[in-house]
Amino acid sequence: MKIAVSSQGGSLSAQVAPNFGRCPVFLIIDSETMKFEFFTNPAEGMMGGAGPEAARQIHQHGAEVVLTGVVGPNAEKAIQTYGMKLVQRASGTVKEAIDKYLKEPK
Amino acid sequence: MKRIAVASGKGGTGKTTLSLILAEILSQKYKVHLLDCDVEEPNCHLFLKPKIKKKKEVKIFTPLFDLKKCAFCGKCQKVCQFHALLVLKDNILKFDEICHSCRACILACPEGAVKEGKRRIGVEYFSEIKSSLYFSWAALDVNEARSTPLISNLKAGIKKDSDFVIYDSPPGTSCPFVEAVHGADYVIFVTEPTPFGLYDLKIAHQAVKRMKIPCGIVINRSYGEDKIIEDYVKKQNLEIIAYISFSKKFAQGYSRGKILTELFPGLKNDLFKFMRGI
Repeated sequence: MKIAVSSQGGSLSAQVAPNFGRCPVFLIIDSETMKFEFFTNPAEGMMGGAGPEAARQIHQHGAEVVLTGVVGPNAEKAIQTYGMKLVQRASGTVKEAIDKYLKEPK
Repeated sequence: MKRIAVASGKGGTGKTTLSLILAEILSQKYKVHLLDCDVEEPNCHLFLKPKIKKKKEVKIFTPLFDLKKCAFCGKCQKVCQFHALLVLKDNILKFDEICHSCRACILACPEGAVKEGKRRIGVEYFSEIKSSLYFSWAALDVNEARSTPLISNLKAGIKKDSDFVIYDSPPGTSCPFVEAVHGADYVIFVTEPTPFGLYDLKIAHQAVKRMKIPCGIVINRSYGEDKIIEDYVKKQNLEIIAYISFSKKFAQGYSRGKILTELFPGLKNDLFKFMRGI
């Protein structure tokens, strides 16, 4: 399963970015192997529509789950339409957020 | 016809107060059209208590998608500079409040699947307070983000036989302010002698300088220590048109919805002298 995390930097030890659409970096992590790729968020400095654009970006990278602090209403609508699972109020490092999510009973 | 914009940068400095005074004074001798361009929080009508003569819904363009014709190629999404569209496998997600009605999606679509649609963003009103004073205002709908189309609509409805048009501009210095001030022959900045007043005045003045519109200053709530604004006026080679003194009597009158012309005999003369100059 591929998990997208909004992040302050390009590693598992980076802090989770509290806002989704305008976070600096997205990490896409494979939960089975914990291998990851990352990319700078092209929506970060956008005038408007950052949320939907960020959702489109992580969808293109194959994300099925999104871990982030908070999302705006437009981003939420886009994430749902793409069929990705949204988990808000993630915090700490990216690794901690993923461990916490994977431990939660599904 | 002379168009005068009343602006400030900072909110609550007295734009509406001054706009109403100007409308009241000028309409004693000339034909005046007052536009309340602060469509997010219009309030001139609270003072003028107008009888509504015309009421019109303001609508703007929104794209309509014919999903039977759509090939889901994503060209409309790519061309949209505001990222208001998301093209999915078999559907298109549209974010109306982000759309700026530019119609690029219509031009970009090779299938002819995007059609002209309309959507309401607010209401516009017109009224005649007396034979020499027209008054228009508009109110943006709740949950809408773009007020500029309402402002440009108000301006499109300016009565051609007016000698003076007064724009009661919105506060701030972003799009609504620029839209309101744009096309004015003169800008009157209403400010107050505080660091807050000066700070926002500077920003608004910079914007108006770039638009190459001549401008002057009215100092409101003046209590005799107006150096902070006067220094800036001197440095920038501006002129001070009038002072409105800081008085409990004025505040009480304003709170009761009174237009303060009667309370300012001196101000009336100052403004008249200045208007003759324009």
